[in-house]
Amino acid sequence: MVGERGFGRVGWLLFFLTPGLAGLVLFTIIPLLASLVLTLFSWDLLTPPRFVGFDNFTRLFRDRNFWAALRHTLSFIFGYVPLVTVLGLGLALLLNVPRRGIGFIRTLYFLPVVSSWVAVALLWSWLFNPRYGLINYLLSLIGITGPGWLFDPDWAMPAIILTSVWKDLGFVLVLFLAGLQAIPNDYYEAASLDGAGRFQQLRYITLPQLAPTLFFVTVISLINSFQVFDQVWVMTQGGPAGATTVLVEQVVRHAFSYGEMGYAAAISWVLFVMVFIATLIQFRLQRRGAFDA
Amino acid sequence: MRSLSLTNTEVRPRARRQAWFTTVLHYFALILVALLMIVPFLWMITTSLKAPGSVLVVPPEIIPRSPTLESYRRVAATVPLLRMLMNSVIVTTAIVTAQIITSTLSAYAFARMQWRGREALFMLYLATLMVPSQVTITPLFILVQRLGWMDTYQGLILPGISSAFGTFLLRQAMLGIPREYEEAAFLDGANHWLVFRHVALPMIGPSLATLGVFATMGSWNSFLWPLFITRDERLMTLPVGLSLLQGRYTTEWSMVMAGAVITVLPIVLIFLVAQRAFVRGVALSGLK
Repeated sequence: MVGERGFGRVGWLLFFLTPGLAGLVLFTIIPLLASLVLTLFSWDLLTPPRFVGFDNFTRLFRDRNFWAALRHTLSFIFGYVPLVTVLGLGLALLLNVPRRGIGFIRTLYFLPVVSSWVAVALLWSWLFNPRYGLINYLLSLIGITGPGWLFDPDWAMPAIILTSVWKDLGFVLVLFLAGLQAIPNDYYEAASLDGAGRFQQLRYITLPQLAPTLFFVTVISLINSFQVFDQVWVMTQGGPAGATTVLVEQVVRHAFSYGEMGYAAAISWVLFVMVFIATLIQFRLQRRGAFDA
Repeated sequence: MRSLSLTNTEVRPRARRQAWFTTVLHYFALILVALLMIVPFLWMITTSLKAPGSVLVVPPEIIPRSPTLESYRRVAATVPLLRMLMNSVIVTTAIVTAQIITSTLSAYAFARMQWRGREALFMLYLATLMVPSQVTITPLFILVQRLGWMDTYQGLILPGISSAFGTFLLRQAMLGIPREYEEAAFLDGANHWLVFRHVALPMIGPSLATLGVFATMGSWNSFLWPLFITRDERLMTLPVGLSLLQGRYTTEWSMVMAGAVITVLPIVLIFLVAQRAFVRGVALSGLK
C-alpha cells in the first residue's frame, strides 16, 4: 500500500499504536486483571501474599461495615439521582428560552462542575457549619434552628447529597439542554396551532421526546454515584459515627489504613459489577430503542 | 404561543400583559437560581479575605469589614503552597500533553489505517471506559510502591498518560475526513506521518480542544490517586494539599477558604476561556 515509506506496514502501525496501547495495558488492563487475582489473596504488602481462595468474598457477607457502606451508597443514590435529574430537567426547561443573560447563567452553573471536589466539599463544610455557617444563619432569620448537618448522623448524608446536587447540576443541565434543542420546532408549532397549551406541550411533546436523554442522565448519574468518594472523604470521612461510610471509602480504608489489599480489591469488584450492570442496562435499552418516542 | 399573540390582533393587549408577566416571573426564577450558584462562591472569597480568627462570629460578617490577604500569607507559610501549585501545573501539563499525543496517534491508526483486529482492539478500548478507577487503584498503588515511585512526578503522571476517552473522541473526528485528501497526499509520495501531521491533525481542531479541556480538568482536580501516592508535602498537588490544610486547621476557615480559592481559580479561568469546547464535550459524551 501507499504511504508506508520509511517503516513498512507493521512498523507504521506500531508507531501509531504503541504509545497509547502501552499506557492502557500497563495502567488499566494489567491492574484490572491483577486486582481480580488480588481478591484471592491476603496481602499487607509487608509479608508475602497468602492465597486464601474466596475468603475475601465470604468475609463480605459477614462484614457489617461493608453492608452499612452499601446501604449508605444506596441511600446516597436514592437521594442524589432523582434530585439532580428533576432539578436539572426543570432548570433546562427554564433556560431553554431565548432570553438575554441565559448564557451567563449557564456559565454560572458550570463553575461548580469544573471546580475541584475538594474545594467544593470544604466550601460546603463551612456553609453547613452548625454554629457559624451561612446556611444555619439564613435559616435562623426565618425562625428555624438548623440541624448539626455534618455533625448529626441523620443530617450528614442529606448534606452530602445537597452538596453533590449543587456541584453536578450544571453538568446535567447541559445534557438536558442538548436534548431539548434536538426536538424539532415544528412539533411545537403544530401543537400550538391545534390549541395545545404549555402544559400539554410539555406532557405530550417535550417529555416523550426527551425520554432518551432522561434515561441517559439517570444512568450516568447512577454510575457516577456508585463511585461517590471525594466529597465524603473531605466532608465527613465516613462519620459521624459511621453514618456516611460508602463503598469506595471502604476500599480506601482497607487498602491504605488496614493494609488489606485483597479485601479492598474484593470490595472494589463488587462495585465494578454493579457499575457494569448499570452500563449493560443502558447499552441494551439504547440499542433496542425502547425509549425512543 | 408568543407568535400566536402577535398575529391575533384581538387578544393582543391581554396577551401582551400576560407575556410581560411571564417574562418577569421567568427572570425572577432565573435570578434566584443564579444566586444559588454564585453565593457559595462569593462566600468562599469573602471568607478568605477575612483575618484568621475573625471568622467565627454570629451573625456572620457578610462583607469583610477590613479585607486582608493575611489568610493567604498564613496558608503559604504553613504548607508549601507555591510548590503545590507548581506540582499541579507540572502534573497537569504533562498528563494533558501525553494524552493528546497518545490519543491522536492511536486515533489515526483506528480511523485511517486498515489492519486485522482493528475493531476488536477498539472494542477493548471502549470496554476500559467502563472500569471504575477504584478497581485498578489497589494494584496500581502496589506497582508504584514496588517501583519506588511514591512521592515522585512519574508516579503522579505516568498512570494518566493514555486515555480511552480521548482515543474514542479523536477517532470519531478523524473518521469524518474525506478519503480523497489523504489519497492525493499519498499519490504525491507522502507517508503516514506526513498525512497524520498535515492532513489529519489540522482537521480535528475542535475535538482536540475538547480533549484538552477535559484532560486539564480531570487531572487538575484529581484527588484519589495523588492522595495515595504522595506523603511528602513537597510532591502534593493542590487538592491533596488543601485536604491536608483542612485536617490541620479545622476552625481556621479563612485559611481553608484561601486554599480553596487558589485551587479553584486557575481551572475556572481556563474554563471561562475554553467554555465552548467544554460544553460541547459534555453534550457530546456525557462525561465530566
